[in-house]
Amino acid sequence: MKKDKKILAKGVEAIVFGALEAECKCYFGYPITPQNDIPELMSRELPKRGGVFLQAESELAAINMILGACATGARAMTSSSSPGISLMCESFSYLAALEFPAVVVNVMRGGPGLGGIETSQGDYFQATKGSGHGDFRFLVLAPSNAQEAYELTAKAFELAEKYRNPVMVLLDAILGQMKEPLVLKKLKIKKYPPETWALTGAKGRNSRFFRSLFLDAEELKQHNLKLMKKYQSMQKEIRYEAKIEEGDMVLVVAFGSMARLANEAIEDLRNKGYQVGYFRPITLYPFPYKPLKEIVTQAKKPLKILVPEQNCGQMVEDVKLAVEGKAEVISLPYPPSVVPFPEDLKKEIKKCLNLSKSRKV
Amino acid sequence: MSKPFQVPKSLKKNPFHYCPGCQHGVAHRLVCEVIDELGIQDKSLAISSIGCSVFLYFYIDVDMTEAPHGRACAAATGAKRARPDLMVFTYQGDGDFAAIGFNESFQAAARGEKITSIMINNNIYGMTGGQASPTTLPGQKTTTTPAGRDPETFGYPPKIAEILATLEGVAYSARVALNSPKRIVEAKKAIKNAFLAQIKNLGFGFVEILSTCPINWKMDPVSAVKAVDKVIEYFPLGIFKDKVTPFLKNLK
Repeated sequence: MKKDKKILAKGVEAIVFGALEAECKCYFGYPITPQNDIPELMSRELPKRGGVFLQAESELAAINMILGACATGARAMTSSSSPGISLMCESFSYLAALEFPAVVVNVMRGGPGLGGIETSQGDYFQATKGSGHGDFRFLVLAPSNAQEAYELTAKAFELAEKYRNPVMVLLDAILGQMKEPLVLKKLKIKKYPPETWALTGAKGRNSRFFRSLFLDAEELKQHNLKLMKKYQSMQKEIRYEAKIEEGDMVLVVAFGSMARLANEAIEDLRNKGYQVGYFRPITLYPFPYKPLKEIVTQAKKPLKILVPEQNCGQMVEDVKLAVEGKAEVISLPYPPSVVPFPEDLKKEIKKCLNLSKSRKV
Repeated sequence: MSKPFQVPKSLKKNPFHYCPGCQHGVAHRLVCEVIDELGIQDKSLAISSIGCSVFLYFYIDVDMTEAPHGRACAAATGAKRARPDLMVFTYQGDGDFAAIGFNESFQAAARGEKITSIMINNNIYGMTGGQASPTTLPGQKTTTTPAGRDPETFGYPPKIAEILATLEGVAYSARVALNSPKRIVEAKKAIKNAFLAQIKNLGFGFVEILSTCPINWKMDPVSAVKAVDKVIEYFPLGIFKDKVTPFLKNLK
């Protein structure tokens, strides 16, 4: 059997390889730092495979080109970084309302406004709660290394088609721009044939139309209820990683790059005998409320939860919702561009442990 | 024997919701007649826009999706690039095409996208209740230009068909009106050529159709139809770009 190719790749390159592995057919995008490697690589790779690459005149145009391509059932993807994603938000709402399976990559940079071009997790709220008007949800996947960026991007296409809903891959800039080993594994990405719904010309069937305008109150209500049901059914896509041991007194909850720092910090502390656990949501929507709550309710001792984030405290609100007041939740915000060291996290974790009168075993 | 006058095959049997004297119905019908004559009903994909014509899907019997306000030409670009075998067209108002969406319209035209765009120009935002649009005439009263459009403060209406005609990527650009039988016949020819620009892979096909909005113009239907003659004084009718006719001639 042929061995899978192993290369050294940036997170953003891993995203392109993941999309190509999923046989993405169209890419539309507009340049913005720090994700330009994605359109650049796509412009070289997609035409070779009979795909379509087009640099749009703006993010507004790019996301609507995606809308048009997805309407025909084609696998289509766009990518941008925070300010560009803000421009796309109107159309995310339309994509969700029209139920088109788009894949969107956000390589997050610092905000608000023009912010900076260094790493950030500042778009957590936007991705999970505020990516457009009206009641709708993005399925949000947050990789924490290049390998996961590759695999989750490919998976994003399957999930988008499965639910006929936009899916976002949310990557911190530092993960996008860091080179690390990547195994270009053959992935099994399921396809959901678009023939049953897509706009392909009404040959041999009745014409179809998609709309998001329902002036009749009852029709709009039914449309929303139908979508709500779909979002509820997405709960089964919850993904997370947890390292919990009996007697843990502090649980660090983090995603993306911050989770990697947290993982390194807790591994080191555990080796030194500290009782610290780790929990990493991989799907930010649906957020793993239930698994997190179970950890808290099943803990033998009261848990303190520390939530380090590369923003001013966003995911911490979901953590609080998850634990329903059954554990103390402490926000540990690192504003964009400032990357803490594992040592910094260890100090904070130790502070928590002292507060919970931990003893060194 | 074929009937001399019948409802186009691609026109759905739903009664129009449009106001009395509105010419969307005539324009819809012409588009449908062209679709039938070109035999493209089962390979068409239409993008309906925001405004009164958002409900295009209730009337034209082809595959269709809505696009957000102004983004129809971008959505059409995506659809056409993904499926070049489909005949992709947009049907937009002057606000959608020339105000909020002008960049998408202009850039798609400049790229020479093989799509067809119909812009209904009634010089006003009809669906939202009669506010000024980019093509509101100087002096025209609307709910947001109560003293009449003053070009000093509100600027001048852009002549979209002429502007697009300057672009290399545009294969056909014309302005037509629907206020006389002769003009309706000419409008249909223009729409057909704008579709042929796509079918023959020549480039972007565009028709600006001067239309009425009696309710918001505060006129009865007959006066509104007559008032289009006044609009024509600022927006002259004509074919400003035509790569289609010479192309078809060379085929012969």
